[in-house]
Amino acid sequence: MSATRTAVDYEAVIGLEVHVQLATKTKIFCGCPTSFGAPPNTNVCPVCLGLPGALPVLNKPAVEMAVQAALALGCQVRPSSIFARKNYFYPDLPKGYQISQYDKPVAEHGVVEIEVNGVTKRIGVTRVHMEDDAGKSIHEGFKDSPLNTYVDLNRCGTPLIEIVSEPDMRTSDEAYAYLTELKQILEFCGVSTCDMEKGHLRCDANVSVRPRGQEKFGTKAEVKNLNSFRFLKMALDYEIERQIGVIEEGGKVVQETRLYNPNTGETASMRSKEHAHDYRYFPEPDLLPLKISDKWLSEIKAAMPELPAARRTRFIEQYGLRDYDAQVLTSTRELSDYFERAAKASADPKLAANWVMGDLMGELKADGKEITDSPIPAENLGELVTLIAKGELSGKLAKAIFPKMLATGDAASAIMEREGLKQISDTGALGAILDEVIAANPKQVEQYKSGKTTVMGFFVGQVMKASKGQANPALVNQMLKDKLG
Amino acid sequence: MDIAKLTIGEIRSGLKAKRFSAKELAGQALQFAEAENPKTNAYLRLCPERAMQAAEKVDAAIAEGKGAGLLAGVPVAVKDVILTEGLVSTCGSKLLERYVPPYNATAVERLEAAGGLVLGKTNCDEFAMGSSNENSAYGPVRNPVDLERVPGGSSGGPAAVVAQGTAVVSLGSDTGGSIRQPASFCGVVGVTPTYGRVSRYGLVAFASSLDHIGPFGRNVEDAALLLQVTAGRDPMDSTSAFAPVPDYLAEMEKPVKGMKIGLPKEYFAGLARETGDLVMAAVDQLKKLGCEVVEVSLPHTDYAISCYYIICTAEASSNLARYDGVRYTTRSEKGETLIDMYRATRGEGFGAECKRRIMLGTYVLSAGYYDAYYLKAQRVRNLIARDFSQAFEKVDALITPVSPFPAFKLGEKMADPMEMYLSDIYTITGDLAGIPCMSVPCGVTGTGLPVGMQILANHFAEPTMFRLARAYERAVQ
Repeated sequence: MSATRTAVDYEAVIGLEVHVQLATKTKIFCGCPTSFGAPPNTNVCPVCLGLPGALPVLNKPAVEMAVQAALALGCQVRPSSIFARKNYFYPDLPKGYQISQYDKPVAEHGVVEIEVNGVTKRIGVTRVHMEDDAGKSIHEGFKDSPLNTYVDLNRCGTPLIEIVSEPDMRTSDEAYAYLTELKQILEFCGVSTCDMEKGHLRCDANVSVRPRGQEKFGTKAEVKNLNSFRFLKMALDYEIERQIGVIEEGGKVVQETRLYNPNTGETASMRSKEHAHDYRYFPEPDLLPLKISDKWLSEIKAAMPELPAARRTRFIEQYGLRDYDAQVLTSTRELSDYFERAAKASADPKLAANWVMGDLMGELKADGKEITDSPIPAENLGELVTLIAKGELSGKLAKAIFPKMLATGDAASAIMEREGLKQISDTGALGAILDEVIAANPKQVEQYKSGKTTVMGFFVGQVMKASKGQANPALVNQMLKDKLG
Repeated sequence: MDIAKLTIGEIRSGLKAKRFSAKELAGQALQFAEAENPKTNAYLRLCPERAMQAAEKVDAAIAEGKGAGLLAGVPVAVKDVILTEGLVSTCGSKLLERYVPPYNATAVERLEAAGGLVLGKTNCDEFAMGSSNENSAYGPVRNPVDLERVPGGSSGGPAAVVAQGTAVVSLGSDTGGSIRQPASFCGVVGVTPTYGRVSRYGLVAFASSLDHIGPFGRNVEDAALLLQVTAGRDPMDSTSAFAPVPDYLAEMEKPVKGMKIGLPKEYFAGLARETGDLVMAAVDQLKKLGCEVVEVSLPHTDYAISCYYIICTAEASSNLARYDGVRYTTRSEKGETLIDMYRATRGEGFGAECKRRIMLGTYVLSAGYYDAYYLKAQRVRNLIARDFSQAFEKVDALITPVSPFPAFKLGEKMADPMEMYLSDIYTITGDLAGIPCMSVPCGVTGTGLPVGMQILANHFAEPTMFRLARAYERAVQ
C-alpha cells in the first residue's frame, strides 16, 4: 500500500490540549514567586509544598489573565466556576491532587481562526480552565541519578490555563497553524510568554483517523510530549501514518496514551485505556466558587490589549501597509509595538515598515537577537525614515549611517552632525562640484551630447564621489541635466 | 489556688492582684500535668520551654503595665491535629511521628498572641477519625471521670485534659461531633462554632468542608473566651468568614426570657433513658427561666449518617493522599519501586480506621459511582441544612442530646465500626449544616457518668447559643 494512496483515502481528526503558564509574578494559590531558574526547592512555602494544614488562596491576577486569554479566544466566561481536585499519586505532586477545574471551567465555547494555504478555517475552543502546576522530577544530572530521582518543587503551584480545542483539525499543518495562532494571541494579551523551551507552552494532541467521507470518529490516541512546533507536526504526521498503517493491515487502533520521542521521531505506547487514571474529580472544598461579576468582567475587558487580527486590519487601514507586511509586523506584540512607534515618529509609515522588516530585522536576526533587543530605539528609526522621506538623506547615506545607529544606538541626525555627513542641497556648492566633474570628463560630455544619455549615471556617480556621498542626488540629477542640456 | 479547677477569671484576677505570676502558674500547671497525665494518656507531649517563654512575656507585659491579652497566663492544650511551629505534631498517626511543622495554625498564633500558654499537644484519634480516641497510634486516652471508659473522640485528649484539670482550656477539632461528644463524655463544655468562624489554616485536614476548630472549657465563659480569641477572618483560609466577631462574654449575659427553643423529635428516639431524662430536665430548667419550648421536626435526619460517611470519607481519601512517604511522612523501608514504597508506607503507617475511610472515600469518588454516592450525598446535605434553616424560622435554638449514650468502656465498640459511628448520630447534622453547636454538661447518670445537652443555633448565632448555655449553667450552679 503506497503512502500517497492512504493519505488520500483517510482523513485525520485532531484536537489539541494546550497548557499555558500565566505570566503572574506569584503562584496561583500562594505568594511564592514564579521566577524561573531559582535554586531547587527555594521558591516554596507550606501552601505550594502541600504541607499538612496548609490551604490555597486564589491569586486575583491569575484569574484576570485567564479571563483575558479566554476573551481573546472568543470564549464565554462563566459567572461562576468551580475548582476541583484531580487526584493521583506522583512524587512531584505534593498534595496528592492537582487543583484544577472540571465540569464548570472558567470559560467555554471559543473559536480561533487559522489560515492554511490561503483557506481560512475556524477551530472551536471547547474550554479554558485554570489549574496549578506540579513540580519537576529530575531523573538525570546527578551522580546517583541511576538510583535516585530528585524532585524540585519550585514550579509547584505555578498558574496554568489549559485550552482544549474541538476535534476540528484535519492535518498537521492545521494543528501547526492553530498552535501558532494561539501562541500569538496569548502573547499579545500579555498573559504568557509562551516560551516552549521553558515549558510555558505545552501541548498534547488527540489524534484519530477515519476513511474520508465517514462521519464517525475513529479511535483516538493521546500523544504527549509535543514540546516544539516542529515536534507537534512531526509527531502528528508519524501518528497519522501509524494509525492508517494499523487499519490498512487489518488491525484496530487502540485507545491509549502515547509518548512522542523526538530522537526517533516516533510515538510509543505509554499507558492503555485500562490503565488510564481515574482522577476521582470532586469540587475543591478549600476554595469557594469563583464568581466573576459583570462589573469585574467589564474591567478585565477594558484592560485588554488590541488583539493581532484587529491590529493587522488597523495597520492596513491606518498606515496603508500591504496585507503581507501587516501580517509580518503583527507576528509578535513586541514587533508590532516597535513598528507602530517607529511609524508614528516617521513621515512615511510604509517606508518605516520596509526598514523594520528589511534592514533592522535582517541585522537582528543575523545576531540572533529579537526586536526587544534592538539597539536602535523605534523613535530613532522613525527619524531616519523621516530624513529620507524629506530628502535630507540619500538612500545611500542612510545605508551608511544605519550600521552606526546599530552600533551606538544614536539618532541618525546626531551621527550626521558628528561626522559632517549632512546632505549638500546648496546649489552654489553643488554647482562648483558639477563644474569640476564636467571639466574633467570632456569625453563623456561629448557622448551625452551625441545622445547617449546613459552616461548621466556616470556623472551622478562622479559627483557623489567628489561630495563623499553627501550630494542630494535628486538635485544633482536636475542640475546636471540643466548644465549638460 | 486549686490548679485543677482554675478558671480564666481567677487567673486574670490572680495575676492582677499579683497573687501569682504567669511563670509560677505555668510551672505549677506543667508540674501537675506531668504528674497526672500517666493516668489518662491525654497529653502526647508537653512543651515546657514554650510555655515558660510565653509566661515570661505575659509577666513582662504586666510589669510594664501593658495589656497582656484576653488569655494572659491561661494554660492551654492543643489537639495534635492543630499545628504548632517547631513542635512535633503527629495527628495521632505513626506516619507523622517525627513531623515538625514550620508554621503555627492561625488559631494557635492568635491564642498565643492573646497571652495563652500552650502547655502541650494532646492525644486524639488518628487524623481525627474516631469516636473513642482508641484509634490513636499512641495508645487510647482514658476518661478522667472513669479510667475504664473512653473519653470520646476524636478530641478525647483535649476533653480529658480540661476534665482532669491539666489544662484550663483546650483547642479541639470537630468534623462530625469530635468536640461535642467527648465534651459530653467527660463533663466539660465543648463548642463547634459556625463553619468559617475559626480559620482552618494549620488544622490538618480530615474532611475540609466539615472540619472545625473549637474550644473546650470547664465553663461556658472560658470556652467562649477561647473562641473569642481564635475567631475571625483569616486571609490564609478562603472559607473563613468576614462576619465581625461579637463580644461573646457580653452577649451571653443577656436574659433568655421569651426565647424559643425547639426540640427536634427525631433526636429523642432510641436514646438511653437516663440520657433522655437528663436532657429533658435541663430543658425544664430553661422553661423555668422563661423559655418557650416547642417540638419541631428535622425530617431528613435519618439520612445524616449515610450522607456524612460518604462526604467525609471522600474528602479524607483526597486529604490523606499526601502522606505518601516521599517527603515528611515516615517512609517504609520496604518496597523496590515507587508504587511499592507508597503501598508499604501507607499500609504500615495508617491505622485500620483511616484505611477503612480512605477505601470508602476512594470508592465513592470513582468513575461510575460519583453521581450515585457523592453527588447524591451533597444533595442530601443541602436538604439537611434546609431542615435547620426552616426550623430556625420558628425557633431561636434547638436542644438535643449530644450522644445517645454516655461514655462506654474501652474496647467495647472497637469490633463494630457501625455501632461506633452511631455515637455521633446527633452531632453530625450540625457539621453537615455548618451551624454552631455545643455540648453543655447537664448532669450525671446513676453510675456517675456525665451527660451533655446539645444546643444548636443558626449560622453565626453563637451569642444565642451561649446565652442559653450560660443561663442554664448559672441556674444549676
